[in-house]
Parts: sequence; C-alpha cells; structure tokens
Amino acid sequence: MAMTEQRVSYTLDSSLETIDNAEEKATRIATELGFPDEEIMQISMAVREAAVNAVLHGNAYAPDKKVTLAFERAGGDLIITIRDQGQGMDLSKIPNPLAPENLLKTSGRGIFLMRSFMDVVEIRPTDSGTELKLIKHVHGTTAGGKEASQ
Amino acid sequence: MSMKVGSRQVDGVTIVDCSGRITLGEGSVILRDTVRDLLSKGNKKIVLNLQDVNYIDSSGIGELVSAFTTTKNQGGELKLLNLTKKVNDLLQITKLYTVFDVKDDEASAVKSFK
Repeated sequence: MAMTEQRVSYTLDSSLETIDNAEEKATRIATELGFPDEEIMQISMAVREAAVNAVLHGNAYAPDKKVTLAFERAGGDLIITIRDQGQGMDLSKIPNPLAPENLLKTSGRGIFLMRSFMDVVEIRPTDSGTELKLIKHVHGTTAGGKEASQ
Repeated sequence: MSMKVGSRQVDGVTIVDCSGRITLGEGSVILRDTVRDLLSKGNKKIVLNLQDVNYIDSSGIGELVSAFTTTKNQGGELKLLNLTKKVNDLLQITKLYTVFDVKDDEASAVKSFK
C-alpha cells in the first residue's frame, strides 16, 4: 500500500520476517514522502529497532500475539506507531548504553538508537502491551512534497 | 542482502571479509559462528573487514561487541577494518569507536598485531 492516504496501518505476526517487513515499509514510505537519504536511513533503522523491541522483547515471538504498525502524515511530519501485546517494559530498568560500565554489553541499544535517529520517541503502556510512537519532523523542503506512487 | 563471510590468512592474521547486513537473525548468527569457529581452531588474531557491510542494527552491534570480548577473553585480539560511513557513524554514536581498534588499511591492520 502506498502512502497516498493520511494514515496506513498493518497488523503483523511476531516473527523475524515482520522486522524486515517493517523496515522495508518505513524505507518505502519515507522515500515516498521525500525525506533525504540520510533521514530515510534513520527512520528505517528506528522502525527496525522498534519492531525488534515489539517482536522480541514485547511479544517474545508468541504466535498468538500481533504487532501493529502505523504510519501517519501530520502537518508534514511522519508519525510512526508500533504496538505490541507483551508484558510492557520498565524504562527505569533500561541502562544507559553509553555509561562506561555498559559499553561492552551486547544488548540494550535499541531505544537509544531510536532516540538518536528520531525527533520524538514516546513509550507508553497500553491495556494490552506497549506503544512506541516515533516522530520525524520535516527539516528540509522536499519531505511531504513528493507524490506518492501506487 | 543477507550476510556472507569468507576468511583468509595474511601473515598469521585471519582476515574475515564480511558483506551484506549484520542484523538480528541470520547475519548475527553467521558472524558469531565464524568467530567462534576461528577461535576454536586457535586463530586468535582476527580482523573483521567490514568494507562491504552496508547495514548493521543494534543486534549486529551487539554481535560485534560479543566477538570482541569473546576473542579477548580467549587471549586473542579482534580488530575492525574498512568501516563504511554508516557503520562508522553507528560506532561513534554508541561510543564504541574508542573500544574497538579500527583500521583503515589491511597492511597496517595486519602489522598492528603483536
């Protein structure tokens, strides 16, 4: 589906394929909206990390749990929402990956990367899991100005 | 593009030429298995040539860290060679650039091993 409407959403399985799928959708939609190459990479990587979070840490690959991914254009900005049906996360327990004692840890960088690449990252519990909202503001003159293709 | 690796010996140093994506799933597993296999065979001077690695996610970063610490814990050394701009930028923002020994030409990478 092309980003010709204001909002598109997808319901996806809790699988590795969903992670690649979410990244591909983010790349395509950010491209259609005219974001520059550097920001397309940032958006697609942030969405990939959010999808990893939802599939792996949220739903724990459970086949009966779904990931909902939505892309929305609002005032020229791109708003991406990713929901899982997991147990939720305690942000206070996520260590700072830049702290010297954490530099050699093999995990724990996903949310940091999302925050590095997006303008806004909001994480909140829902009735049935966790919702991550990622927002990328339009910084240049091209984003939002390119016609989306079918 | 999934990840591919090939290894070769240069003056007692194992160069692992990596290409593709180091991401959660296959890419990370291939890298892990390759480094563990080298270490089990006594190859403890390892250079990961990342010239053709065009994408890496947080799991891939974690796998690089794991390869680095696993090699070090076994008395070896693992260095990185020929980072692409994307990988270089990621290692900079995660402050790992100073943790890894990063080289930009193979000859000096090989010579740098004691």
